[in-house]
Amino acid sequence: MTTIDPARAEHDTERQPGPPPRRSTATRGTRIIGIGAIVALGWLIAFGLGFSPADRDQLESVRILYVHVPTIWLAYLAFIVTAVSSAMYLFSKKKSLGWDRAAGASAEIGVTFVAVTLAVGAMWGRLTWGVFWQWDARLTTTALLFVTYIGYLAVRRLGGSHEQRAKRSAVLGMIAVVEIPLVHFSVKMWRSLHQQATVANLDGDTKMDGLMLFSLFVGVIAFTLLYVWLMLHRTRAMAMEDLLEERGLDDALVARRAEAAATTLPPTSTTTSTTTTGSDS
Amino acid sequence: MNTVAVARLIAAKDLRVERRSKIVTNQVLPFAGITMVSFAFALDKQNVLDTVAPGLVWLATMFSLLIIVQRTFAIEADDGALDAMRVAGVDPRAIFIGKALALGVQLLVLEAMLFGAAVIFYGESIPSEHVFASVVLLVTTMLSATCGLAAVGTLYGGLAAGFKGSETLLPLLTLPAVVPVLIGATKAVESAVGTSGAVVSEGWQWVGLLTVFAVAAVVGGALAFGPLIDD
Amino acid sequence: MSELSTPFSNAAPTASTTANDDSAGGAAPDNAEADVVIALEGVVAVLGNFPALAGLSLTVQRGEIVLLKGPNGAGKTTLLRLCAGLLPVERGTASILGFDLVTQRQLVRPHVGLLGHQNGLYLDLSVRENVEFWGRTVGASAQEIASAMSRMGVAERLSDVPVRKLSAGQKRRTSLACLVARRAQVWLLDEPHAGLDAAGRDELDATLGQAARSGATILVASHELERAGGLATRSVEVVAGQVVTDTNELRGSE
Repeated sequence: MTTIDPARAEHDTERQPGPPPRRSTATRGTRIIGIGAIVALGWLIAFGLGFSPADRDQLESVRILYVHVPTIWLAYLAFIVTAVSSAMYLFSKKKSLGWDRAAGASAEIGVTFVAVTLAVGAMWGRLTWGVFWQWDARLTTTALLFVTYIGYLAVRRLGGSHEQRAKRSAVLGMIAVVEIPLVHFSVKMWRSLHQQATVANLDGDTKMDGLMLFSLFVGVIAFTLLYVWLMLHRTRAMAMEDLLEERGLDDALVARRAEAAATTLPPTSTTTSTTTTGSDS
Repeated sequence: MNTVAVARLIAAKDLRVERRSKIVTNQVLPFAGITMVSFAFALDKQNVLDTVAPGLVWLATMFSLLIIVQRTFAIEADDGALDAMRVAGVDPRAIFIGKALALGVQLLVLEAMLFGAAVIFYGESIPSEHVFASVVLLVTTMLSATCGLAAVGTLYGGLAAGFKGSETLLPLLTLPAVVPVLIGATKAVESAVGTSGAVVSEGWQWVGLLTVFAVAAVVGGALAFGPLIDD
Repeated sequence: MSELSTPFSNAAPTASTTANDDSAGGAAPDNAEADVVIALEGVVAVLGNFPALAGLSLTVQRGEIVLLKGPNGAGKTTLLRLCAGLLPVERGTASILGFDLVTQRQLVRPHVGLLGHQNGLYLDLSVRENVEFWGRTVGASAQEIASAMSRMGVAERLSDVPVRKLSAGQKRRTSLACLVARRAQVWLLDEPHAGLDAAGRDELDATLGQAARSGATILVASHELERAGGLATRSVEVVAGQVVTDTNELRGSE
């Protein structure tokens, strides 16, 4: 193995073989959170579908909102986490890849939640407005948010070393922080007349019945727990993937060095070159 | 050599290459023209065309932007020149500003041509009551919109340039990002030509949006370009 | 983004020639005051997941012309790109012209010229316009540019020809003229003779010899063993990402 120069120790820190690999990404923490999420979702179903009353105007279709609103809130949270993690990666001295993994995992979850929001919202729209889609400010911005982060995920898959991926994604994550408000603002200007019966009115609208508010609250808790659970599992899975690549590097190093040793046997032997199986760079 | 001087050098080089190769004039401008014609086929009614003409002009600009951006980085990829600039340690900010400047000039030519095409094909005209105000609004719109488009295009073009499959990555990244320009520029031009009763004074708020966007895009792009194209 | 710095910043290079003292096998000649331009020790560099350089050590003095030999896939190109500051150093220590490649590889770049499989030229512009462009990025004067062109043999009848129309050898020499105009001190040439006919190769060698005499340090990766043997002062064989033979070492032990 290479001799480790103490002056480069911090440079090599992440290259040291870590603790023995775990068999799964679950821990006591994730089990507790997972159970909490399931319980909360159970409550959500009970209250959302059962205990809370039907809305005066929307009747039963209001129940969709107990899923629709929390998912978009969580998506916003997820993208904020992505932005913060990106900033932490770029501006911290140590540049730990954990920040990059958090940013990527959070973006993945965020995109999924936005997709759910749009799908569920379309169902709600069909029931209440009679149409799946409307070009109002909020919907349009949400759709653009979705596409923007799809682009972010595409850039994450461009390849290269972990550091390259991390830097590129972090910069893009910061760009999104500027991009999204600009897009949102311009779309709002574009549609400066709001419709009355939009989702916007229902966020914390105190005209809502107490039980309905409570159901919404339960929904937020349930999806937050779900988000945390997904984040923990996904970041750990990413860490294990990265670790696998690192170990692959150590094995590949050994193989490549053996290759060199094999080909420096007595120069008269011309058959040694046939044993090299390393891929051409 | 300071950053601005190197940027001017790079912009001059880009424009000189275009002058020699004439790819934009011979291929992209005709493409934009054909796009305008295609819109007419798709939207067959004259009154519809009248109403949406400003939007179509900017739509055609967006699509042509993608092609010009790919071209501006293709000249670098031809013989590994962008790589060579990175190797040489040329300030990435200078590369960004220089290429965005050249891109912007080409975009302005494109937009002028598209406005002309709109006048000819869609029957657009400037209301005679306030020609001067309309023209000022139009020119300001073109300039501020172009700054934003050039900055975003150069930024994402540089990012996408190095990779396989980048031809599809570029539109995916760029089009959502330039939505503010599409919205603002269309509305501003509608005000300038009086579409659907819009008044010139309404257009200036949109120019405000375009300017904010342009500033954010240029500053953000200059900062982000270096880390994005680096290994 | 604190890591961004312009190549024109005045950061003093860190003195990291300790790597020279630690070099394995006593490969470095015993002259501490010699000008060490390249010092690599146990360098690992990866392409994706593949360790193209698997612990490579090499020391080069100013003014040397070093021939890099080795089979395809040995890592010669990766080594050159690493020295150009284009690839991160995964493990080990590396310094070029006193700049630490692990932490400051951006700063190395203005002083180093890499000529790879591509020439880095703008095909639609003339020879003069290309050399002028590269020279002006570092503020070279018109005389410097003209002198660069004539030293690399692309002045006179070639200077206004579009690069697209040049032969492979002429493009190579134009590219070298750009390196000279840029005042690059270390030249990293990746198979520069490839695709050239015999006359082209002769011209290239004469040009390289000229450059070395003016103080450039040159690393040439080439399959042209017999030919480059005359040009190079030293020959290093790279196999599977490591240095396996070094004529310096052999001479040292004789």
